[in-house]
Amino acid sequence: MNRTAVTKVQRALVAGSALLLLAGCHQDMWNQPKAKAQSKSDLIFADGSNTRGTIPGTVAFGEAKLDREFYTGLDKDNHLIKEFPVAVDEALLKRGQERFRIFCTPCHGEQGNGKGFIASRGFTQARPVGNYHTDRLRNMPVGHFFDVITNGYGTMYPYRARITPMDRWAIVAYIRVLQEAHYSDIGTIPASERTRLEGMKADPGQDSPPELPIGAPPDRMLNSPGGAVREVPLGRRAGPGQVVPSAPVPAGRGTVQPVQGGIER
Amino acid sequence: MANLFKPSANSAAKVSLLSLAGLPVVLFFTGSQISRSSANTGVENPLSQPIPFSHQHHAYELGIDCRYCHTGVERTGYAGLPQTETCMSCHSQIWTNSPLLEPVRKSYETGEPIKWALVNKVPEFVYFNHSIHVNRGVSCNNCHGPIQKMHITYKGRNLHMSWCLQCHSKPEEYLYSDEKNPDLTPRQQVFNFYLKLQTDPNGQQMGPQEQQLALGNEQRTTVKDLVARGNELLKQRGVKKAQLQDCAVCHH
Ligand code: HEC
Ligand code: HEC
Ligand code: HEC
Ligand code: HEC
Ligand code: HEC
Ligand code: HEC
Repeated sequence: MNRTAVTKVQRALVAGSALLLLAGCHQDMWNQPKAKAQSKSDLIFADGSNTRGTIPGTVAFGEAKLDREFYTGLDKDNHLIKEFPVAVDEALLKRGQERFRIFCTPCHGEQGNGKGFIASRGFTQARPVGNYHTDRLRNMPVGHFFDVITNGYGTMYPYRARITPMDRWAIVAYIRVLQEAHYSDIGTIPASERTRLEGMKADPGQDSPPELPIGAPPDRMLNSPGGAVREVPLGRRAGPGQVVPSAPVPAGRGTVQPVQGGIER
Repeated sequence: MANLFKPSANSAAKVSLLSLAGLPVVLFFTGSQISRSSANTGVENPLSQPIPFSHQHHAYELGIDCRYCHTGVERTGYAGLPQTETCMSCHSQIWTNSPLLEPVRKSYETGEPIKWALVNKVPEFVYFNHSIHVNRGVSCNNCHGPIQKMHITYKGRNLHMSWCLQCHSKPEEYLYSDEKNPDLTPRQQVFNFYLKLQTDPNGQQMGPQEQQLALGNEQRTTVKDLVARGNELLKQRGVKKAQLQDCAVCHH
């Protein structure tokens, strides 16, 4: 071996190791083979999804929905329940007001009169958005409202995927407050409130947020009259994730209350 | 033979030697500038999306709350993009013939999800969490730019580590409270800001930090009184500032 040949080998070695170093710059820490929410991954299931839906007839561990009234708004005979399955207090109503403003006002309006701005953009052409201030809806048991949010109603889509059961009850409680506020007799309002209210413009037809005095709800509001049997409205979608009302809870076990989660503040 | 180089070539040689020594500095500077440029980070570059969805139209003009679509943002680490059903709750009735919405209808029929191009992403060795930031009162606009003005969503900030740490080292310069609505929790304050934008798009009636957010800037301030207020809020909201810069907070 002469001298130049050695340098050539050396050069090749240096160049080779530099290339090796570059090869170290790879992206496998940036993009790891792990399943992240909503991301595609071919590692686990052939369809690229990371998760599976629940198989009909099975219950995920720790997610047994034993409290039928709380999770469906129906009693064991499939009648809509007339009383709230949760304690209604100020915190629940405040939560309900917040959730209502996120999910319902676009269509139903701040006052629940069905005059939200989305309604005016085309919904009325098919079927008018529900107005809560009708005799029929005022007399509907609370279970009906829970059922409408859970499964949808006619042209209204279900919201169960986005609103937890506890929040649904909070919204129902708030709808009762709206109904009560809409129909309350001026005589039952304290004098000081009355002067304040009279200063405000009467029944704003469109949509101005009512400043509802939220306090402890009056008793009569919580126990709704009537008890219709659940009726499935026409055109209800049976979507892929449709909640199948579970079988009635066997006697003796119904007393076990699952943890229902508190209210977020 | 005449001299090839004039005496002045001496100084030219010195200068070129010096600039050779300076080259690494220049290269480093250019490199770091390129890595920070929007060509690399994607800041303010809208991506091509399957549907030209507009936040300006939905979240600002129509006033739909962020949580109607990004339901998980205040509860979980992942904000989440809306399911097709969420779009269909309105578009089953509105613009039912629009060709722009054809992918939405197709996705709803087939169950095949809409494939949005993800705009904001940190490397997968970084563990980001939305709910803690939203619950401590950090606005979406602080990290995503002026969402209410975006027709096609773009990345608002570079999301580099140094950017995260700028706030994690001095969170008191960012936290504020809406003095006109003292009852709101920090979380409610984040969303109430968008409600206020409806009547006050440039934030003229708002506090100094919300005004910056309305313009698309960060909610950062160095005004003494506001920073002092920020320090109070750190305690009120229970922010554990001392450990916010630990590597394990974001890399675990
Ligand atoms: C995208 C628009 C839209 C949104 C958002 C919406 N609804 Fe509806 N809602 C409708 C429409 C449309 C109807 C009328 C359906 C029909 O008659 O076919 C309706 C009807 C109703 C009814 C009346 C049912 C009856 O018995 O007549 C109730 C109660 C109701 N909605 C509750 C809610 C609640 C609670 C929310 C929020 C969680 C909500 N809606 C959100 C569009 C909407
Ligand atoms: C009507 C539904 C809807 C509403 C309301 C909405 N968004 Fe979005 N958002 C989407 C969709 C769909 C995408 C994905 C397409 C895109 O990037 O534009 C998205 C994407 C985003 C992204 C970028 C995500 C990524 O790819 O990294 C951010 C940030 C965001 N939204 C923030 C907000 C904020 C803040 C609000 C409230 C002011 C809001 N959104 C309200 C539907 C919505
Ligand atoms: C709360 C109701 C609502 C929801 C939810 C909603 N939109 Fe819209 N969208 C509207 C309204 C209203 C319009 C415009 C109608 C108008 O300007 O009169 C619109 C317009 C559009 C347009 C423009 C259509 C055209 O032909 O110009 C697109 C695209 C669009 N939406 C996409 C989406 C996508 C994607 C989603 C789901 C992430 C979504 N929208 C969710 C109400 C909604
Ligand atoms: C502290 C900064 C910060 C705040 C505040 C923030 N985001 Fe994000 N957001 C990020 C980062 C970082 C990512 C990328 C996360 C990833 O890749 O894991 C992201 C991603 C997203 C995405 C894409 C989906 C996802 O979760 O990766 C959406 C949608 C989104 N943000 C919406 C919002 C909304 C709505 C708000 C306000 C309620 C908000 N963000 C507040 C920093 C923030
Ligand atoms: C505007 C200020 C701000 C920015 C920007 C910011 N953060 Fe934070 N971050 C906070 C605050 C405030 C907390 C709450 C700390 C506490 O409550 O103890 C937090 C908490 C966190 C936590 C949870 C810490 C724990 O104790 O569990 C993680 C993880 C995190 N941030 C990651 C990030 C990442 C990654 C980025 C950049 C993409 C980022 N943050 C940008 C202000 C910010
Ligand atoms: C507030 C969250 C946060 C903390 C705390 C943090 N990092 Fe990071 N780190 C990030 C983010 C975000 C990135 C990704 C930057 C990018 O997009 O390139 C990153 C990237 C990195 C990288 C890859 C190189 C780069 O810059 O892209 C290294 C190495 C790193 N971090 C080390 C550390 C060490 C060591 C510590 C502790 C001293 C630390 N990090 C603390 C958020 C954090």
